[in-house]
Amino acid sequence: MSDKKNIIICRCNEVTQEEIEALIDQGVTDIEMIKRLLRIGMGPCQGRTCLPMVISILARKTGKRPDEITLPATRIPVRPVPAGVLVGEMESDGNEE
Amino acid sequence: MKSRAEVVIIGGGVIGLSIAYHLGKLGVEDVVVLEKKYIGSGSTFRCASGIRAQFTDEANIKLQKYNIERWKRLSDELEHDINFKQSGYLFLATSEEEVEVFKKNIKLQNRLGVPTRLIGMDEAKEIVPPLNTEPFLAGAWNPEDGKASPFHVVYGFAKKAKEFGVEICEYTPAVDILVEKDEIKGVKTEKGIIKTGIVINAANAWAPIINEMAGLKRDFIPIKPYKHQLVKTEPIAEGQIEPLTCPPAWNDSYVIQDGEDGGVICGTGLEKLTHLDDVQPTYDFMREVLKWATKIIPALKYVHVVRQWAGFYAKTPDSNPAIGRIQYVDELYIAAGFSGHGFMMAPGVGEAIAELIVKGKSKVPLDWDWYDPHRFERGELRSAAFQIG
Repeated sequence: MSDKKNIIICRCNEVTQEEIEALIDQGVTDIEMIKRLLRIGMGPCQGRTCLPMVISILARKTGKRPDEITLPATRIPVRPVPAGVLVGEMESDGNEE
Repeated sequence: MKSRAEVVIIGGGVIGLSIAYHLGKLGVEDVVVLEKKYIGSGSTFRCASGIRAQFTDEANIKLQKYNIERWKRLSDELEHDINFKQSGYLFLATSEEEVEVFKKNIKLQNRLGVPTRLIGMDEAKEIVPPLNTEPFLAGAWNPEDGKASPFHVVYGFAKKAKEFGVEICEYTPAVDILVEKDEIKGVKTEKGIIKTGIVINAANAWAPIINEMAGLKRDFIPIKPYKHQLVKTEPIAEGQIEPLTCPPAWNDSYVIQDGEDGGVICGTGLEKLTHLDDVQPTYDFMREVLKWATKIIPALKYVHVVRQWAGFYAKTPDSNPAIGRIQYVDELYIAAGFSGHGFMMAPGVGEAIAELIVKGKSKVPLDWDWYDPHRFERGELRSAAFQIG
């Protein structure tokens, strides 16, 4: 098996499979806590890439079924938006009106 | 889950877990913490992470001066990095009247040993390089204020408490408190009864429900949930907006750079009273908070917003918490209603409550009369604790 140190699960915050497994081995098996301690799902992609993989690692290591593990909340805005657009001062990414 | 414990703490937020940790440290091994969801899920994980001693009354300043000393040592004590940084709080005045108020507050803070200074806008610009200094006349700057990671603090308290033998029961709501002739006999949960003689209500916004379980009137301590939302941006370079920066006259709006990932957390004035299930973020809030944040730091216009969430300020009528013994039921204690200040107060409050239970008194400079849970029924409100956001 490839080196878990080099397998990136959360690309936004560069979290590896090794870090996730180490935390689970320490007894942190609630996805809400894993998310917050490693900042998985808290980057710009909001967990779209990493959370399904975290759930599968967690299921494998704890013997739970993946559908027993609830997904953490997804926050708005679903896609990152410049603050200037949200206050109506800019039209789109980075361009002023 | 144990069927018998010396102490049961209801509420697994930063306050409940700090109390559990300090009880364990004092040798009370038989402690159970009941949390209805996962630890930190109520208000702690939804807070903006700020820690300050810049209050406007003696009781809160003294407690927070002590707390900052505790925060400095907490990573070592918990053997877990809680990411505490003394990045300061910078309040900004927009009028001469406000400058005078700042001066008065600074005098009181200095008298109590808090080194806040009145600074000019050149210095403010050095502290927060992208600050729009033009609207402001002066700043109140305490470099000893700071921030820490709510996630790592909760985890650190819980981990160390467990090492002391504390049992933390997540997804285990308390459903009733068994009281006979004003004495506590146990706590009923969805998973069974825990026999105990001592209960601590650390449920913050949910505390009135817990008081009612013990036979008290729900409004005996009138804690109400005020929805408070936050918006967070993508990370920016470290050191740009490190302190909490707040012009109180601008709807109590503030910005602070997250100590862990460098994203900017933006907050604004309290929203109205809501109910305990309402943590739905709103676009109205997002537009309002960003309107102020981009006035404080214009360059934030070009920074992407990645996340918005909501929590509660569990607010009492004077914005001061209720901390202490409840006289109507023997061995019932409360530490709740923190009105948005629970995270920053947690180390000292946990220590004080634990010492009160074990030793009958505490060395923490916590003014028990000021925070007396019975003050509301007597109609004796304190001066409102300085609140922002």
